[in-house]
Amino acid sequence: MKEIVVPGEFLGEGISSFGTYKEEDKVYSKTVGILNKKGNEIRVVPLNGVYIPRRGDGIIAIVKDITFSMWILDINSPYTAVLSLSEGVEEFVDLTKTDLSKYYNYEDVLFAKVNNVTKSKTVQLSMRDRLCRKLVGGRLIKVTPTKVPRVIGKAGSMVEMIKKKTGTQIVVGQNGIIWVKGENQSVAIEAILEIERLSHIEGLTDKISKFLDEKLKR
Amino acid sequence: MTDIEFFKDGKRIDGRTYDQLRPMEAKAGVLKNADGSGYFRFGNTIAIAGVYGPREVHPKHLENPKEAILRCTYSMASFSTTERKRPGPDRRSIEISKVTTEAIKPVLFLEEFPRTSIDVYIEIIQADASTRCAGINAASIALADAGIPMRDLVASASAGKVAGEIVLDIAGKEDTEGEVDLPVAYYPKKNLVTLLQMDGKVSFEEFEKIFDLAVNGAKKVYEVQKKALKDKYKEEVVE
Repeated sequence: MKEIVVPGEFLGEGISSFGTYKEEDKVYSKTVGILNKKGNEIRVVPLNGVYIPRRGDGIIAIVKDITFSMWILDINSPYTAVLSLSEGVEEFVDLTKTDLSKYYNYEDVLFAKVNNVTKSKTVQLSMRDRLCRKLVGGRLIKVTPTKVPRVIGKAGSMVEMIKKKTGTQIVVGQNGIIWVKGENQSVAIEAILEIERLSHIEGLTDKISKFLDEKLKR
Repeated sequence: MTDIEFFKDGKRIDGRTYDQLRPMEAKAGVLKNADGSGYFRFGNTIAIAGVYGPREVHPKHLENPKEAILRCTYSMASFSTTERKRPGPDRRSIEISKVTTEAIKPVLFLEEFPRTSIDVYIEIIQADASTRCAGINAASIALADAGIPMRDLVASASAGKVAGEIVLDIAGKEDTEGEVDLPVAYYPKKNLVTLLQMDGKVSFEEFEKIFDLAVNGAKKVYEVQKKALKDKYKEEVVE
């Protein structure tokens, strides 16, 4: 059983990592989460929280507004993101003749990379990556952003297993939005929500594997 | 003063000793649609708190580019008291909202979420003295449940003076007929006080005694809060 800690709980002496803070050489927890000690490093994986964008994250974003030269997107965070024309489209665009909705229209779903985040949390996205694309069809679900690493699993093992067993396409955004498309998409979604609910339990991959086998038999 | 008999054989009206709190109950995650929620009960006083955020600030001009803003709203349900309370904000609840915000603010890492707001809604569904303490305790649990980074939890309890005797956690008749009521919010790890109010008159020596009693009460509340947060995840494991 993993140890659950609460804010202000004394965790030991060492290097203060994510989810902890240091005061007078002592490390304390910042959030309700799972304690994770690796050598000298102490970290806490939070069990709840919002998505705060970081440079390099791959996220799923939804187009909410279009201006003259950029798109404004909802990224399931307290902050909205902008995608400028040069970061969104490869070719030359004559702004006097083209409407930007030709490329990405309202409510379109994109998989994008976070290009830059300023200190006051202005977020810039980019589509200049081979993984970035518009996601067409399928269904979107939201999970707690801090639990995304559990959905992905060690080196992608969990998500690969769900893909293989259900034969669906799945794209996981770091911001907690997950896109699922395929015939068995509802089974895949049930499995993902089960992972979210039981994220603090060990040996989850086996449990989800059994869960999927049972669901797919019917 | 009235002629009520407050003490009998070293016990109070409700059978408690002088330094005993009312039975407490705390829970985390009681509201489905909030980002985080908490429930706290002191005998017949029940408070529920819901936390939303960090989220976009509305109205926009309140936004702070350096840190998040914390907004607590304290409200008493119309059915919470014996006489119907007129619903909506009044002078008293606006004051309590303000002091609650200030009591909780020191423990939060607000600088991690610039340009956002963290909204805490505290609803008293049953009132029998110490509602602001119960509200702060519920709000503290709710903030932790929402995953907001905190230095510590804030625990709160009250003490006072009834018919010449110093007692912890005033309730019922003791509240309406008592002499002094002193709520304290306490930041346990740093041994700091974040809320201190008082009504009534006492000597300085008596004040110190009442204050120490309230702080000791808050320390017991702190243990109950920690347990509530851990229990939320224990239950799911048993399933």
